[in-house]
Amino acid sequence: MTAASPPEVLRAPLVVEFPFTRSLGPVQSAFLTGLRDGVVLGVKTSDGRVAVPPVEYDPVTSEEIRELVEVAATGTVTTWAWNDRPRPQQPLGTPFAWVLVKLDGADTALLHALDAPGPDAVRTGMRVRVRWAAERTGAITDIACFEPYDGPAPKAGPAPHDGVFQDPVTGIVAEARLDYVYSPGRAQTAYINALSEQRTVGERCPSCHKVYVPPRGACPTCGVATTDQVEVGPAGTVTTFCIVNIKAKNLDIEVPYVYAHIALDGAGLALHGRIGGIPYDQVRMGLRVEPVWTEGGRYPDHYRPTGEPDADYDAYKELI
Amino acid sequence: MTGPRTSRYARDVAVVAFAQSDHLRRTDELSEVEMVMPVLHQVLAATGLKAGEIGFTCSGSSDYLAGRAFSFTMTLDGVGAWPPISESHVEMDGAWALYEAWVKIQTGEADTALVYSYGKSSPGSVRDVLTRQLDPYYLAPLWPDSVALAALQAQALVDAGETDEPALAAIAARSRADAGANPHAQLRGAVPQGDYQVRPLRTGDCPPVGDGVAAVVLAAGDLARQLCDRPAWITGIDHRIEAHGLGLRDLTDSPSTRIAAQRAGLFDAPVDTAELHAPFSSQEVVLRKALGLGDTVAVNPSGGALAANPMMAAGLIRIGEAAARIHRGASDRAVAHATSGPCLQQNLVAVLEGDTR
Ligand SMILES: [Zn+2]
Repeated sequence: MTAASPPEVLRAPLVVEFPFTRSLGPVQSAFLTGLRDGVVLGVKTSDGRVAVPPVEYDPVTSEEIRELVEVAATGTVTTWAWNDRPRPQQPLGTPFAWVLVKLDGADTALLHALDAPGPDAVRTGMRVRVRWAAERTGAITDIACFEPYDGPAPKAGPAPHDGVFQDPVTGIVAEARLDYVYSPGRAQTAYINALSEQRTVGERCPSCHKVYVPPRGACPTCGVATTDQVEVGPAGTVTTFCIVNIKAKNLDIEVPYVYAHIALDGAGLALHGRIGGIPYDQVRMGLRVEPVWTEGGRYPDHYRPTGEPDADYDAYKELI
Repeated sequence: MTGPRTSRYARDVAVVAFAQSDHLRRTDELSEVEMVMPVLHQVLAATGLKAGEIGFTCSGSSDYLAGRAFSFTMTLDGVGAWPPISESHVEMDGAWALYEAWVKIQTGEADTALVYSYGKSSPGSVRDVLTRQLDPYYLAPLWPDSVALAALQAQALVDAGETDEPALAAIAARSRADAGANPHAQLRGAVPQGDYQVRPLRTGDCPPVGDGVAAVVLAAGDLARQLCDRPAWITGIDHRIEAHGLGLRDLTDSPSTRIAAQRAGLFDAPVDTAELHAPFSSQEVVLRKALGLGDTVAVNPSGGALAANPMMAAGLIRIGEAAARIHRGASDRAVAHATSGPCLQQNLVAVLEGDTR
């Protein structure tokens, strides 16, 4: 017998997407609807400042604030940072400056991108104006970016605005997608590698001797690493089950069918799987079953009766 | 031996043990619980306590880092949580888990606490992941990454005359040089400043991305003295938060840090050590000012977050490193700081003291 080399680390892409649909408060709704219509609104805070972008509650007193004003689409850069390598989904695909811009008439600054030829063309205090997106929907991205502008600030201050627009925007869909490369770790790698040989391998706790299937690398009772590998099954016992009457999306299985907890022989806890090869209303606790693998399957497709006599309740009652 | 000198709370609570993993760029061969468990064993072994003897357990982590839902329930497997233990979790840096545990001990419901936190950033892209913590209406749709936001703050500091690129490079160099004595650090020794990541911040001004774990044990009163030769008494702790709108804040200052420090009693007496959670070199400038640290204070002798920045653990590590210096007699009064959110939005300050020698 030769010493086993450490198994190769498994890796697989993992994509997490969470598109939240978010409702807007009255101030946010007016602001984003205004952007759609080419108007920039701010809100008066309780100390008399104009906040752009506007907030629903006063940043100092937390009072509801609702007094809207229209500010200019021109302003002054208060700080900047040159981004040579734009990341996917950022406002511009070519190098740009991140900027905080105090719009003319506002007392606070708005974060956005500035389209400029290079860092030498950007400085704090420079004048900029909004470049509107060609298609606007009522989102912060209706401002495509800022661009350099050499005009002065308008003489008139911010003008009161009632915040009323035709077809106000009342919500946004916040799209988000994050890409990961998932690695399952030592214990689950061994489990997955064994499955590829149609074997089920658990791990035994060195302290309480319970065999965990699938193993996660630790005994949750004792808080120690489970290191001894133990092959379990292939047959097992149905410890409990339910009858599924709702067809799952993208699942080509006729209802009703049985989904069961199955304690594989030698395992210290049950895993779950579908029961086939027997009418759904004949499945029972104690039924002896074995896995059925399909060609190229990475885990058992389902479990079917072995034909053995049912297991004694005492033999599996601790595993329910 | 005398007790803590400036305690202002119902109970005297101390950090009695600290442990951390080596902080590494990748840990593909380990699941989160496999990564966490050895550190839990190490910190408990330092006190002689068993998991079942701990009064309260609190952890800090974020599922977004590795993209694994409810990952903290998996790592709880490494504690040995049966029979059911008194337990809690924060989706924050472990420094805030420590705060919750400290409150739990103050209420008298526990005499000891195990606090741990971990971050496994390697499966994802942490710069992008962190954009998801931003305001979903005005900021998140623009995907401004963590380096970009820190760079805006750095430029504001440069414009205000508070720092310049050579000064930032010196902070980065000092941090990595000091990390030479820290076997757990990810970046040690001479590290080139490199190119701009987002100007004015260069690679050297930014923290390394990596995976890591930290854990501490807290104990109250005489029990702390039994478990540790020289407990690091938490004589003050407080945390404060600022507005989420970046444009509402003065990015060159940190009033939340200053108020937290004041309430933690930092300004009542000098400190000899400061462990600051400043992931970017420019943020050390802001924190030194807010905390009023002079040249006599050893700032980030561990190398700080510029040498190892496991997300959700780097703040707890600051408390642990400060406490460890008190344990081994290298410090008598230290300040530890942890931060959360973009551009030092939220800040926690703890003052730690050793018994008079
Ligand atoms: Zn066990």
